[in-house]
Amino acid sequence: MRTPVVVIGAGQAGLAMSHHLTGRGIDHVVLDRGEVAQTWRTERWDSLRLLTPNWMTRLPGYRYEGSDPDGFMTKNETVAFLDEYRRSFGAPVQTNVTVEKVCRRPLGFEVRTDQGTWVCDAVVAATGASSEPYIPALATELPDRFHQLDALQYRNPCQLGAGEVLVVGASASGAQIADELQRSGRQVTLAVGDHVRLPRLHRDRDIHWWMDVIGQLDERYDEVEDLNRARRLPSLQLVGSPERRTLDLNALIASGVGVVGKLMRVSGSKAQFSGGLTNLVGNADLKQNRLLDRIDEFATEHGLDETLPKPTRPPATALPAIPTEMELSRFDTVVWATGYRPKYSWLDPAAFDDRGRLAHDGGVCSLPGLYLLGIPFLRRRKSSFLDGVGPDAGELASHLHAFLDRRVHVWPSPGAAGVGIRSRAVDPEVHSGSGR
Amino acid sequence: MTDTQTPVDNGVNIEALLGARQHLTDAPQGAQFQWRASCEWVSGTHSRTTVSGFSGLGAEQAHRQDYTVEADHPQVFASEDNGATPPEIVLAALASCLTAGVATVASNRGVQLRSVTSTIAGDMDLQGILGIDRDVRNGFNGITVTYAIDADATKADIEAIVAQSQKRSAVFDIVANPTNIQVEVV
Repeated sequence: MRTPVVVIGAGQAGLAMSHHLTGRGIDHVVLDRGEVAQTWRTERWDSLRLLTPNWMTRLPGYRYEGSDPDGFMTKNETVAFLDEYRRSFGAPVQTNVTVEKVCRRPLGFEVRTDQGTWVCDAVVAATGASSEPYIPALATELPDRFHQLDALQYRNPCQLGAGEVLVVGASASGAQIADELQRSGRQVTLAVGDHVRLPRLHRDRDIHWWMDVIGQLDERYDEVEDLNRARRLPSLQLVGSPERRTLDLNALIASGVGVVGKLMRVSGSKAQFSGGLTNLVGNADLKQNRLLDRIDEFATEHGLDETLPKPTRPPATALPAIPTEMELSRFDTVVWATGYRPKYSWLDPAAFDDRGRLAHDGGVCSLPGLYLLGIPFLRRRKSSFLDGVGPDAGELASHLHAFLDRRVHVWPSPGAAGVGIRSRAVDPEVHSGSGR
Repeated sequence: MTDTQTPVDNGVNIEALLGARQHLTDAPQGAQFQWRASCEWVSGTHSRTTVSGFSGLGAEQAHRQDYTVEADHPQVFASEDNGATPPEIVLAALASCLTAGVATVASNRGVQLRSVTSTIAGDMDLQGILGIDRDVRNGFNGITVTYAIDADATKADIEAIVAQSQKRSAVFDIVANPTNIQVEVV
C-alpha cells in the first residue's frame, strides 16, 4: 500500500494533523492500534475530566459549542468529541491497525503493521506522550503481597482493597487519584516530589483562561530559556470538576490525606521518604505566586481591575509534621502516578541521537520526512493540550508539505516497477544511503 | 530579578560554571567525581580527617593544599572537646553548601549580594545513640536553617534564590535523602 503520508495515532494530535493535511489536499492515512481516542477509551480513570474548560476545546476547524463553556469534559464526552471531529472532515482513519515497525528506506519509509505494510514519503508520529507509565526501579523491591497499579491501570476505588493506600506522585494524576481514594473511605498517604501548584480560579476566572490571555500558553519552544526543563515540567496539580474546585496539598491534607516527601528507598520493612518536601512546597508556592503576580500585572495594564474581584493569593502550603519513614506493612496498595513516557520502540533506530533520544527540532525530526506531534512543549507551552496541538499541527503540516514538494515520491505508481518520480528537485538526504 | 546595568560581582565565575555545565553535558563521563577523605584516630573521641585528592573530569585532582578537620565530643560527654562534633560538621557542611549555592544562583540571576548569614540547628534526642529508646533515631529529628540576606532583590526573589540553592545542593540531598553506605574492615 502506498500513500504520501502515514499518521500514526488517531487521538487529538493525529486528527489535527489529518485535518491540516486534508486542507492541503495531501493524501494520507491515519492508523490507530484501537479506535479514535483509544487512550481516552481504555487508559483513563472513570472520573477523569479534561483539565481545561470546555471553551478551550479547540481543534483545527472544530470546537466545543455546547451549553457549558466553563465546564470540564468527562472522559466519555472527550471520546465523543474526538469521534465527532473525525467525522466532521472524514479523516481517513484506519482503526485496529497496530504499527510494528517504521523503517527508513532509500526513498521514504516503510510502515509495517499487523494489517500489511505501507510505503510512504513521510511519517507523523502522533502516539502521544503517555504511552507507558514511568515507574521507579524501587517498585520491584516492594514485597509481593502489595497490590501495585499505575495511573494508566487505575479506573476507580473498587479496584482496591479497603486497606491503606500509598499514592506516589502528586501532579494531576496522583493528586486526583489520592483525592478520590481518600473520599472513598480509604486512608491515603501521598508521596510528593516536585510539583506545580495553581488555584483552579483566580479572580473568578479559570486559571487556564488567564494563562491563555496573558500569552503564557503560547510561549514558543525556541523562546524559552531552558527547553529541556520546560518539557520535563510536571503536569499542573489541577482537577476539572463541576464545582471548579482547587485541588492542592492544602485541600488534600484537609480531606485527611497524609503527605510525605518523595519516595526514595525501600529499606527492609520501611519506606523512606525525602526530607526535602518543605523546600518543594515552598518552591511551588513561590512559582504559583510569580505566575499570579504576572497575571495581576497584566490585568492592571489592560484595565481589567475595575471589573474583576481584588487579587488574592491562595494560602501557603501548610505541612503538618512529616514522617521520613513509614512501615510498609500498613499499606495494601501502591498507586504509581510517577509520570508517563512516550514509546517509540517501533521507530527506526536512525531517528535517535547518541543518547537514545528522538532527535527533533520542534517536531521536525532529524530524519527527513519524520515528524513528531502531541508531546509536552513540542512547539509551545500548550502543545500537549487539546487546545494546543492545532497550531503545532499547522506548522508541521506546512513543513511537511514543502518537504513533499521538493523530493522524489515513492507514490503514486501502483504496479509500476520502480518508484514514481514526481518532484522538481531531489532531496540529497534521501539519496545519501543508509546512514548509520 | 533586578535590572542592573553593571554586572554583579559576588566573586562567582558564572561564565566558567556555565561553560563547565555545557562541557559536562557534552561529555558526561567527565561528570563522574569521587570525593575522598581519610580519618585518623588521635585519642579518646578525638579524630583528625584530612582531605587531599579527589577524582573528576576524567583525572585525579588535588586540592591546592591538604585540609584537616578536627572532630571530638564536648566536655559534657567527658571528652576533651578538641573540635566540632561530627553532627556539627554535618551542619557546617549543609550550611556552607547552601551558602555556596545562594552565591552561585544569585550571580546567575544577576543579583548583587551584600551579606549572607545563616544559622543552622539540628535537633537530636540522645536516647537514640545511647540506646535508651529503640524508637528514637540516632540522627537529627529535624534541621532548621535560617538565612538573613542583604541583596539587591525583592524578598520573593531572595526566597527563590534560597529555594533554588536547596534544589541544587549536594549536601541538602545527602542529608535529606537516604544513601547506601558500606563500611568494610581491611
